[in-house]
Amino acid sequence: MPHDGDALWEFLSGQGHLAERALSTPDAHVPLSDLAHGSSLGAPLEEFSDRSVLVATRGQLVAALALIELSGVARRVVLCPPDVSAEHVAIVIATAAVDTVVSDQRRDVAARPHVRTVLAGLPQRVSTGLSRRTRRRTEWILLTSGTTGAPKLVLHTLASLTGPIARDTAPVTTTVWSTFYDIRRYGGLQIFLRSVLGGGSLVLSDSGESADAFLGRVAALGVTHISGTPSHWRRALMSTAARKIAPRYVRLSGEIADQAILDRLRASYPDATIAHAFASTEAGVAFAVSDGRAGFPAGLIGDARGAVEKRIGDVEMRIEDGSLRIRSARTATRYLGDGAESLRDADGFVDTGDMVELVGDRYHFVGRRGGVINVGGLKVHPEEVEAVLNGHPEVRMSIVRPRKSPITGALVVAEVVPTRDDLDDPARARLAEELLELCRRQLPRHKVPASVALVRSLAIAATGKIARSSRA
Amino acid sequence: MTTAHDTSLRTRIVEEFARVAREHGKTLAPLTDDLALLDSGLDSLCLAIIVARLEDRLGVDPFSAADDADFPVTLADFVRLYEDAA
Repeated sequence: MPHDGDALWEFLSGQGHLAERALSTPDAHVPLSDLAHGSSLGAPLEEFSDRSVLVATRGQLVAALALIELSGVARRVVLCPPDVSAEHVAIVIATAAVDTVVSDQRRDVAARPHVRTVLAGLPQRVSTGLSRRTRRRTEWILLTSGTTGAPKLVLHTLASLTGPIARDTAPVTTTVWSTFYDIRRYGGLQIFLRSVLGGGSLVLSDSGESADAFLGRVAALGVTHISGTPSHWRRALMSTAARKIAPRYVRLSGEIADQAILDRLRASYPDATIAHAFASTEAGVAFAVSDGRAGFPAGLIGDARGAVEKRIGDVEMRIEDGSLRIRSARTATRYLGDGAESLRDADGFVDTGDMVELVGDRYHFVGRRGGVINVGGLKVHPEEVEAVLNGHPEVRMSIVRPRKSPITGALVVAEVVPTRDDLDDPARARLAEELLELCRRQLPRHKVPASVALVRSLAIAATGKIARSSRA
Repeated sequence: MTTAHDTSLRTRIVEEFARVAREHGKTLAPLTDDLALLDSGLDSLCLAIIVARLEDRLGVDPFSAADDADFPVTLADFVRLYEDAA
């Protein structure tokens, strides 16, 4: 297992069997052995030494290859997802003191005099000897996906990123990973690193590909381990191609996994391990639960009042002001930038901003601290209402939003995607009424939506999370 | 003077009062013009939902449209607010 200063390539070459392992996209299938005598980078590796490198490729494959090559060589790698605006890229370049951009496009991403752009692509054979000696402990910079404003830059090391990955199992070349995520975000990067360290292959998604086409490739390439957000999975299960895949391991992260999506995945993949993980870019992976139940066992937190934290492996968790706090070697080091806020509190805990409530013997995530809707002074987490709506067998997915009210400040309203899109008007009215009735039975009055609109689809953001642009 | 249009508006408002009262398990007082909204049996959450639904049905929200609208005291005040906005 790598430790600080190690390079992914050193680790890979130590495992061997590289010709049997590959990175795949719709257009390319690259055996990892191609990197033994070739490079994806259009400049000698030595020229990246001591550099702060922005990896800003359109596709994931070239980014993956570049990360394998640059880790342990560059001073810093900055992972730039393709949906970051040019304006924000400029801020990232300045904040991370980027001096080199790796791009698969023939255009100047940085448009700055002192920033060099190096073209990258599929591995090309290198005639002179490739020197891949590890030189340094590379800083890994991930961007958080703020819904508004510039992204924050979060500093990790290979040690913090690989902390959650099991260290005691021998590499298995027959494991084939895939993820709905982009590997340049924390959730996707975890899967990329698992595939590299675990000895397997990786099937990458492509932003231009339909869910059907992606799942078709996942099926054809025999993916055994696959991850995504609950929104990714809700959408995937609408596709007939979802029935063709046969994963042994299904992982959810990035959003609250409610009981309905866990039950549907269980029904679709009866033989798979279905795990929901809690992770964030800043806090790292805290835990994964695979007992098929929403929430997590109260025993993971030392004391119900949160006064005492409990250690599971190298992760300590506690609850303060209702939100989950995490201290571990997997958390990020700090935010980059002058005057950036502190990422950890005085005790070294990261406040996830994810609010939890104890129900029986389990904690349940109820929503984000910043996402609360205030209805006449009473708080509503949209996610807790969505969990009730999603529990109806005729509901595929839902979103609950605030609606401005001159009387109570705000009300909650819901948009729901039915499992069937061929309902006639009376059936739609009946379903909307049933959903309101379901909410009235299970929720306090102020949390019951003032209206339920049936819609054909809901937007999913580039992060894989449901797009919660507030309208109030 | 009450026009046919106004009658239909009042009817729709009264329907909405009755529906929301039913949904929220509230007992609605007889809806006379001089009924004070505070005595109607509906609380502010119910009134907020009524205003939202009327906005969806009628396309107007006289509360948000007017800068300094006094909150209506009676049912007749409430109906008049919608008549003026229509």
